Amino acid sequence: MVSKKIELMVGLFVAIGIAAILMLALKVANAGIAGNGKTYQLYAKFDNIGGLKVRSPIKVGGVVVGRVEHIKLDQEDYMPIVTLDIYSNYDNFSEATSVSILTAGLLGEQYLGLDPGFLDEELGIGVLQPGDFIEDTKPALVLEELIGQFLFSQDSED
Amino acid sequence: MSENLVEIKNLSFYREERCIYDDISLNIPKGKVTAIMGPSGIGKTTLLRLIGGQLKPDSGQILFAGQDIPRLSRSKLYALRKKMSMLFQSGALFTDMSVFENVAFPMREHSRLPENLIEKMVMMKLEAVGLRGAMHLKPSELSGGMARRAALARAIALDPELILYDEPFAGQDPISMGVVVRLIRDLSDALGLTSVVVSHDVPEVMSIADYIYIVAEQKIIGQGTPEQIRQMKSELVQQFIQGEADGPVPFHYPAQSYKSQLLGENS
Amino acid sequence: MLERIQSLGHNTISTISGLGRAMMMLLSAILQVPNPKKGWPLLMNQLFSVGVLSLLIIIVSGGFIGMVIALQGYTILVGYGAEASLGPMVALSIIRELGPVVTALLFAGRAGSALTAEIGLMKATEQLSSLEMMAVDPLRRVIAPRFWAGFISMPLLTAIFSAVGILGGHLVGVDWLGVDSGTYWSVMQAEVDWSDDVLNGVIKSVVFAFVITWIAIYKGYDCVPTSEGISRATTATVVQSSLIVLGLDFILTALMFTN
Repeated sequence: MVSKKIELMVGLFVAIGIAAILMLALKVANAGIAGNGKTYQLYAKFDNIGGLKVRSPIKVGGVVVGRVEHIKLDQEDYMPIVTLDIYSNYDNFSEATSVSILTAGLLGEQYLGLDPGFLDEELGIGVLQPGDFIEDTKPALVLEELIGQFLFSQDSED
Repeated sequence: MSENLVEIKNLSFYREERCIYDDISLNIPKGKVTAIMGPSGIGKTTLLRLIGGQLKPDSGQILFAGQDIPRLSRSKLYALRKKMSMLFQSGALFTDMSVFENVAFPMREHSRLPENLIEKMVMMKLEAVGLRGAMHLKPSELSGGMARRAALARAIALDPELILYDEPFAGQDPISMGVVVRLIRDLSDALGLTSVVVSHDVPEVMSIADYIYIVAEQKIIGQGTPEQIRQMKSELVQQFIQGEADGPVPFHYPAQSYKSQLLGENS
Repeated sequence: MLERIQSLGHNTISTISGLGRAMMMLLSAILQVPNPKKGWPLLMNQLFSVGVLSLLIIIVSGGFIGMVIALQGYTILVGYGAEASLGPMVALSIIRELGPVVTALLFAGRAGSALTAEIGLMKATEQLSSLEMMAVDPLRRVIAPRFWAGFISMPLLTAIFSAVGILGGHLVGVDWLGVDSGTYWSVMQAEVDWSDDVLNGVIKSVVFAFVITWIAIYKGYDCVPTSEGISRATTATVVQSSLIVLGLDFILTALMFTN
């Protein structure tokens, strides 16, 4: 004979255990749908994304406005295309917005920095619509290239 | 003497190197109370376990209603065990169940009786041992004597043909001893049960047994009805039933002589 | 000299025969067709006493271990400006290593010792014998449900431990030390792999569950049925299963995480 209480507790135990496995699978391992509410997508094509990763934060002036959702290579010109998941309450970025890959600290995590440009109806600079490409992109700084350029410019001075 | 329920023939049993039984034979008649007596530590409980098939003898036969227990297959042995039950020295009640559940346990395991019928049968068994009022207590709440009676109710739950009592009188106060003596006798007479009582309590055994075997030094040293046992000439038997401190079974554990040990001489 | 060799031989033989008995016990306990009507309530009761009752110690330890790793890790990582890697550090060390191992050690101490003592006591009070005499197989009735309960409970407990540990790391790293919550999760998700890390952790915990439960029930079933024998068996359960868990952990880690 099993009392109702024991059955309840065992049921609860198994449920918590399964919930923990699900959490490890979805939230910790990958592919979580963990955002705050609704989002829309923008795209940006870079020369080089450096150490940018899926789910890296996207910031405007240090404030997180979204996450990197997806990274893939363009099939034609083999340039990386980054899908940006932006929170829906930030929905009027200008078409003149520029995006650059920045680094938090010297060795820290890389993130996307958005520099919101101005809106000007007369010049025909409108609001970015979901699915648009951000044209103005600045690639990640790669340390080896920097050093290479530095050495090269030293050489040319001689 | 009528037919025998259990016959033990030329049984020898060794534990490690030590000989416990050396070629003994005994019969347990149907419907009687047979007692096996002997000093403690000579393996009386072992004999019960041999009959129950929990141990295998090194040689010899143990026949239960014609079937040789040590040679039975596992499933046949389990089927056979439904016809016998054993009252353990400690009672061996399941500590996580109430008295009622304990007595109902063998019925639930081995019968498909409906729950209300099981309840009635449990009440009947508990009534027989006088513990119907205690049926919702846990074994830890029972006194030693009550625990043994509850265990007895469980042992007779399936109406076995044979009950093996392991030291039923040990560690009991005089009143519960009297109760157990009466219960064993009543169960045997009323239900026609065959009982085997293993004990070293001489007066109690003398009062209930129909036939007595006295076991010592790996052998059966005496057998007969209580009256015949009392008349026996054997010094060993007399020492045992009179309870004398010294005799053929010496008071002293075997040792070198006291004097030489005191003087520090190595033997 | 001859005596030494003889005692070596004696020990070898008794070890091997012990292993054999343990194997026989396990096989005859778990290879039986379970009877759903009778087995289910037994399993439920054991899941309760083995699993549910271990839940508190697992959650508390998991939380604290996650918090400590976050704290320690932060002070090291911040020196390199790499505090963004706190998430994967906490998650990987817990999922791969600490979750399975610490849960196993706690489980051996909490549930394993209880199993041994309980079975040993049932043996000492002749409950196992009396089951046998009632034509009920104690392996099936007593041993099997306990084995399955342990085998099922421990991987669940390990998952709970790991999840709580990672949340504990979040509590310290993000809410206290100020690592960005998104960074904590995103870097973690980028680094932690489902099959390489999470699944391997689960495999470890399944192996540990098997070994610990086996040792615990065997030690109880095989103990000398006296109070001293039970206390020895209980100690042996905790000591042997802890050592075997740590040894197996090394072997499993070497197999899983080195290429």
